[in-house]
Amino acid sequence: MITNKQVPGALVGRNKEPLTDTHLLITITICIFVIMYVMAMVIWGGGFLRPQQLFDIFNTNAYLIIISCGLTIVMVAGGIDISVGGITALVVMSCIVQLNGVTGSVLSSVLLALGIGLGFGLVQGYLIAYLEIQPFIVTLAGMFFSKGMITIVSSDPLTAENAAFLALKNARIEIPWLGYTAKNGNLIPGRLEIGVVIALMVVVIVFIMMRWTKLGRNLYAVGGNRQSALMLGINVKRTQFLSYLICGILSGISGFVFLTHSGAGNATNATAAEMNAIASSIIGGTLLTGGVGNVVGTLFGVLTLAIIKAIVLASGLRDPWWQSVTTGAMLSFFILLQSVVLANRGKGGFRTLFHKWFHSAGGLPNVASK
Amino acid sequence: MARDLRKASRLRNEYSQLLVPVIAIVALVVFNLIRDPSFFSISLTVNNEGNHVLTGNLISILNGASELAILAMGMTLVTAASGGQDISVGATAAIAGSVFVKVLRNSASITPLTIIIGFVVCVVVSIIFGAFNGTLVAIFNIQPMIATLILFTCGRSIAYWINGGATPTVSSSILKAIGGFIPGIPVPTPVFIVILCAVIFAVIFRFTNLSFYTQAVGINQQAARLNGINSTWIKLLAFMILGICVAVAGCIRVSRLGLINHETILAEIEMDAILAVAIGGNALNGGKFKMSGSVIGAYTIQALTTTLYAMKVSSSEIKAYKAIVIIILVVIGSPVVKDAAARLRARLVRKTAPVAERS
Repeated sequence: MITNKQVPGALVGRNKEPLTDTHLLITITICIFVIMYVMAMVIWGGGFLRPQQLFDIFNTNAYLIIISCGLTIVMVAGGIDISVGGITALVVMSCIVQLNGVTGSVLSSVLLALGIGLGFGLVQGYLIAYLEIQPFIVTLAGMFFSKGMITIVSSDPLTAENAAFLALKNARIEIPWLGYTAKNGNLIPGRLEIGVVIALMVVVIVFIMMRWTKLGRNLYAVGGNRQSALMLGINVKRTQFLSYLICGILSGISGFVFLTHSGAGNATNATAAEMNAIASSIIGGTLLTGGVGNVVGTLFGVLTLAIIKAIVLASGLRDPWWQSVTTGAMLSFFILLQSVVLANRGKGGFRTLFHKWFHSAGGLPNVASK
Repeated sequence: MARDLRKASRLRNEYSQLLVPVIAIVALVVFNLIRDPSFFSISLTVNNEGNHVLTGNLISILNGASELAILAMGMTLVTAASGGQDISVGATAAIAGSVFVKVLRNSASITPLTIIIGFVVCVVVSIIFGAFNGTLVAIFNIQPMIATLILFTCGRSIAYWINGGATPTVSSSILKAIGGFIPGIPVPTPVFIVILCAVIFAVIFRFTNLSFYTQAVGINQQAARLNGINSTWIKLLAFMILGICVAVAGCIRVSRLGLINHETILAEIEMDAILAVAIGGNALNGGKFKMSGSVIGAYTIQALTTTLYAMKVSSSEIKAYKAIVIIILVVIGSPVVKDAAARLRARLVRKTAPVAERS
């Protein structure tokens, strides 16, 4: 699906464009997120009624949003990158070592984070795109390498002590009108961390890149059908290479954002982040087969996963296994949904189905029936 | 003459796939022999139970790779049939092991019969989970990695739920015999289990169409279906066979340790199993496969790990070095590099050929 604006012949007569399957997947995700949040507000009230709950979800998941964006790019181009979690953790550790050193400064640690991400992206992209090695194996090696390097960089858990960095870490963007009044009468404003701003900026930039730039359209074309992209004159290898490069850089940024949230480095940081990121992308409507996906969906995928965890905690199921079981159940639901949508793709199944429903309900002439 | 040549070229095609893994393992052996000539020495010692057992790095490689080799066999089949990988094997093995332990602990005493019952229950449970993955892949046409992500996410939590969070122990002389040594036989039992599995697979491939049909489905599902192969069933079967392999691997690991920890048992083995399949020269997007390659790949990985341990690399740093070796291996095995090597060889042959004619 190169363009999302294919209008099936049966519906040409209508002015309003029908929902495509891609948009349908995203719409379902967004609806489920909203429904779950409203449900949580109604049933559990309390914390869910305060905007701060939503802000906290953003604060803790900012890094996940960034790597999920990277993964969406790679997955749209038809690849997979499971090294993102490892790179994030490696960047966290390296930046702390750098910050705690004599010459440590925030700027150089940002550069270090970008450099590590760029390095991984370059090597992995080259191996996958130009040497045609399986992406899964290359990025698996990347994951092993980054996780092994963490303990080589520092085997002990570390905490950042650089004053300038701590100021950055503790900086909050306060939104007074979205705050709440505490019991003692003080107004506590809504607080967002710097990382969230970076994450949202990444989402916007990637969205613009995917939608309106040549590279973005090439990514969809390559992921949708490699052969026809090649015949259209698209530089398939370079496009693939760039997708991994961007993903690597985003992993580097994600590592720095993780650091501004936690401020501490540990060998178990960002464990299983790659799988959470893949799950978020899938929930957001990205297909692993390539060619379909949208970062806005991914953003809501991350939020949906987070709200599930928050709801499980709020409902008193504090055993850790409840979270992963509900996440698994949620994942199965979305995966089956995608499968059904995909099975009906091309047959116009959903469009005609909806059309019939609308028309039988509204009593309009049924143009969809052939 | 011509027929011999054709035969030779067919042989070359047949075995060129095994070239990279064999070179890798030979290189590891040579490296170890240069580094430490006594690396592969084997000695006969007496263990805690008073058995005469063989010890040495070679034995520990053969023994330690058992679970990985068994999983790699099943993974090869899944890879070939579905063109994707099962990333839930570690989590499913945790479930299988938990079920095994649960059955053993609920029986009054551990006898061969209870172990067989436990094993059968564990195999049935694993097949059910394998069939769950298989259904998603074969019937709903979901990418294997995505379909198995579900069990990867919640499998270990299900294992936690079976045994209630503790790390229950089971001890019995029979379990020690399965996971360690049978009295009187100096070779660890898991090695025999791997051989048994390999023989069973070889017999199945020899006397049934499974291997042929699997490759047909992996290469072109539509064509296979038009030729009367039930591709859905073949894919489902591959996942169910992997389920059996997972159960066997889980039981071996439980017998070896005598306890089950749902968080750490066979953790990240799915990555190693996929790696073994890739090192064995099998295409990860399905089609033709060679199970012997995957088994050699599994032993290569274990040999690498043992070598690194012998070089006093700490267990958390091992991954970094392993990654470098993996990259070197896959770069050598990559189609682009292979083509370049073939062109180079052709140019060298062309250069030398006229010289030979003249002289």
